[in-house]
Amino acid sequence: MKAAVILFPGSNREQDALRALEKVTRIRPPLVWHGERALPAGTDLAVLPGGFSYGDYLRCGAIAARSPIMEAVRAHAERGGLVLGICNGFQILVEARLLPGVLMRNANMRFVCRMQHLVVERTDTPFASHYARGQVIKAAVAHGEGNFTADAETLARLEGEGRVAFRYCDALGARTSEANPNGSAHDIAGIYSERFNILGLMPHPENLIDPLAGGTDGLGLFEGLADYQRAA
Amino acid sequence: MKARVFVTLKNGILDPQGKAIEGALKSLGFHGIESVRQGKIFEIELSASDRGAAEGLLRRACEKLLANQVVENFQIEVL
Repeated sequence: MKAAVILFPGSNREQDALRALEKVTRIRPPLVWHGERALPAGTDLAVLPGGFSYGDYLRCGAIAARSPIMEAVRAHAERGGLVLGICNGFQILVEARLLPGVLMRNANMRFVCRMQHLVVERTDTPFASHYARGQVIKAAVAHGEGNFTADAETLARLEGEGRVAFRYCDALGARTSEANPNGSAHDIAGIYSERFNILGLMPHPENLIDPLAGGTDGLGLFEGLADYQRAA
Repeated sequence: MKARVFVTLKNGILDPQGKAIEGALKSLGFHGIESVRQGKIFEIELSASDRGAAEGLLRRACEKLLANQVVENFQIEVL
């Protein structure tokens, strides 16, 4: 599996993404500057890392979503290529309209930085094949604008098409208002595109890949991606 | 030519920043304030001298970047 990590001005989780990808592929992926117009030849997976691209000016992800590399990411996605947007990367994907909805300011106005439980909604995707359906996993969240919002029709379509990837829950898998860190509609933590080749999520699975640093629940996502491409 | 672009949240979209400001005003004793919604104003200078052309340009700028029409409305005022 050949991955590439996109670097925007203000990205700050690119090293975490590189480390997670290197752990499963044994190859350190290239970093691609946002001003480039093409992804490296043979890229299977483009990763948009977390951070604060352009200082969150205008709206989170808005300016990065219009950068030159995003046209290449869009073309890659249209060809069926895999795209993973984490945190600010998710915000960039919705601003680029590669995923629906929008990520609004957290409902309680607080930046949230904590360990969070998520329930895995489905496993028949390139991103989640190493998890079990309904499995509760742990991931770090660190964001001020992760409150997923969309109109009723869009939410109904996402639910109807089974495009919710992960939902916030408590340690036992119960979806309670206390377990939802940001007020996100339907407790949505991550969603897929129509063809399930794009995943955007607010939590950071790339930060749970080592038992020394809190656990390995995030590793499954990257192992799934590595396996998917080997099988293809 | 100068213009102002107003970007505001659509009705029904939760505005936690507006709510916080509303709470602060109320706690400062500004009675009679029913609600506060926060938006953005862009002050823009244009080289165009034709109003119609300026409005068309700004409309495209709003649709492409200045407003996220999933949750925001925009209004253009050419001065």
